[in-house]
Amino acid sequence: MKAGIVSYGTYIPRLRVSVDEIAKVWGESPDNVKVGLGVYRKSVPDLDEDTATISVEAAREAIERGKIDPERIGAIFVGSESHPYVVKPTATIVGDAIGCGNSFHAADFEFACKAGTAGIQVCMGMVESGMIEFGLAIGADTSQSAPGDPLEYSASAGGAAFVVGKKGVIAEIEETLSFTSDTPDFWRREGQPYPSHGGRFTGIPAYFRHVTSAAIQIMEKTGYKPSDFDYAVFHQPNGKFPIRAARILGFTKEQINQGLVVGYIGNTYSGSSIIGFSAILDIAKPGDKILLVSFGSGAGSDAFIFNVTDLMEDYPRVPTVWDKINGGITVDYSTYLKLRKKIRLKG
Amino acid sequence: MIPRFWRKIKYRYDIVGSVCENCGTQFYPPRNFCPICRRKSKIKEQRFNGRGKVLSYTIVHDTPDEFKLNKPYIVALIELDDGPIITSQVVCDPQEIEVGMRVVKTFRKYFEDGEDGVIYYGTKFVPEK
Repeated sequence: MKAGIVSYGTYIPRLRVSVDEIAKVWGESPDNVKVGLGVYRKSVPDLDEDTATISVEAAREAIERGKIDPERIGAIFVGSESHPYVVKPTATIVGDAIGCGNSFHAADFEFACKAGTAGIQVCMGMVESGMIEFGLAIGADTSQSAPGDPLEYSASAGGAAFVVGKKGVIAEIEETLSFTSDTPDFWRREGQPYPSHGGRFTGIPAYFRHVTSAAIQIMEKTGYKPSDFDYAVFHQPNGKFPIRAARILGFTKEQINQGLVVGYIGNTYSGSSIIGFSAILDIAKPGDKILLVSFGSGAGSDAFIFNVTDLMEDYPRVPTVWDKINGGITVDYSTYLKLRKKIRLKG
Repeated sequence: MIPRFWRKIKYRYDIVGSVCENCGTQFYPPRNFCPICRRKSKIKEQRFNGRGKVLSYTIVHDTPDEFKLNKPYIVALIELDDGPIITSQVVCDPQEIEVGMRVVKTFRKYFEDGEDGVIYYGTKFVPEK
C-alpha cells in the first residue's frame, strides 16, 4: 500500500470583510475589483487567532475525524509565511496542543503559498521509508497585505491539516513531483511587515509557468490526460488565475468548481490549494482521481495525483469546508484594521 | 513569567485536569491531592473532552492593559459534560451569550508579552455549532 491521506481537517476563521467595504475606503469600484479578481469577501483572523491557533484547530479536526492516537504521529511540519515567531517553531506548539508526546520530528516550512504541500511530500517520504507511522502536514496562514495594496482584497486566513500514513488511507498518493525555479515574483524581506510583489510579473512567468509545467509533467509521467480526472484544484491567489490555468491545461469548470473557494474566503496562502483540495475530499467518492497543484512564489509548484479509496465511504466529513465558508460574521473596514493590527497604538 | 507559564502548558493547551480514583472527584486545574480523601487520595491525570454549557458569565469592560484590544470580552463558568466546572473566556459577541448555551473548546492566543516577548496560548471556548 502506498502512503496517502489518512485524515484531514480544516479551519477558517469566522470573521469576514467584503471587497465592497475595502474598495469603498480606497476609492475603487467594487464591481471592477470583483470582476477583476473574482473575490467577493475574505476571512479575517480574530485578535486571538494566528497561524499557530489555526494549525492546532485544523490538526485537532484531522485527528478527531481519523480517530488517530496522537502518540503515533512521528512528525509535524507546519508550512506558513506568517509563523507567529521568526525564531521559534509553530510545530512545537501544535505538538503540545494535540498531545503527541515528545518523540516526534518537527520543523516549520516556508515556501510562500506552497509550504503546506511541501510538508505533505516530506511526510510521504518519511512514511514510505518506514521512519514514521503517521506524519502531520499543515499549511496555514494569516497573510499580510499593506493597506491600499491590491493584495488587501484577497490576503486572508485559514489552514488545512493532513495526517499522512499507510494504514487507513482515504486518498492514496499515486504520484507527486515539483517544478521549481528562482523567480522573484513575490517576497517579504526580513523585518518588513508587508510583502512586495512584481505586479503583472506574478502571472505568466511565475504562477502560470510553474502550475502548468508541474501539471503537464505529472500527467506525462503517469500517462493521464485531463479527462481522466474527476476533480482538479490549483493554487488560488485570486478567482481568475486557477480558472485560466485549468483552461490552458484542458480542465473543465465542472472539474474545478468544488475546490474553487477563493471567491468567498480569499487567498489563504499556504492553506489555499489544500483547503480547496479538502472541499473536494468532502464530496469525493471511492475511485475518484484528483489532481492537486500548489504554487509558492519564489517560485515552485507541487503536483499530486490522489486516488480516493473505499475507506472514504465511512469517513466523517461534516462540517464540510463549504459549511465553514458559508458561515461567518462580517466586520467593517475599521474593525478589520484593528484586528490586523494596522492601527498604530501609543505605548 | 516564562517558566511559570511553561510548567502549565499541558494543562492550558488542552483541558487536562485530574481525578481522585478513590472518591471520583474531578479537578481543573489539576490537583495532586484530594481535599476530601486526604491521605487516601488516589490522583490520576484526566483529559476532559472540552464540551459543556455556560452556567454563568460576566462581560469584562475594564481590562488589564494586555487585553485592552479585546474589550469587551466574556468570562464564563462552564460545566463540562465529562468534568468539573471551569472558568474560561468565551469568544463570541456579548449579545450572543446566554446561560445554558452549549460551548466547545478552542485553541487561542491568551496574550503577547509585548511586541518582542513570548506569545502565550491556551484554551478558550466558542459557541457549539
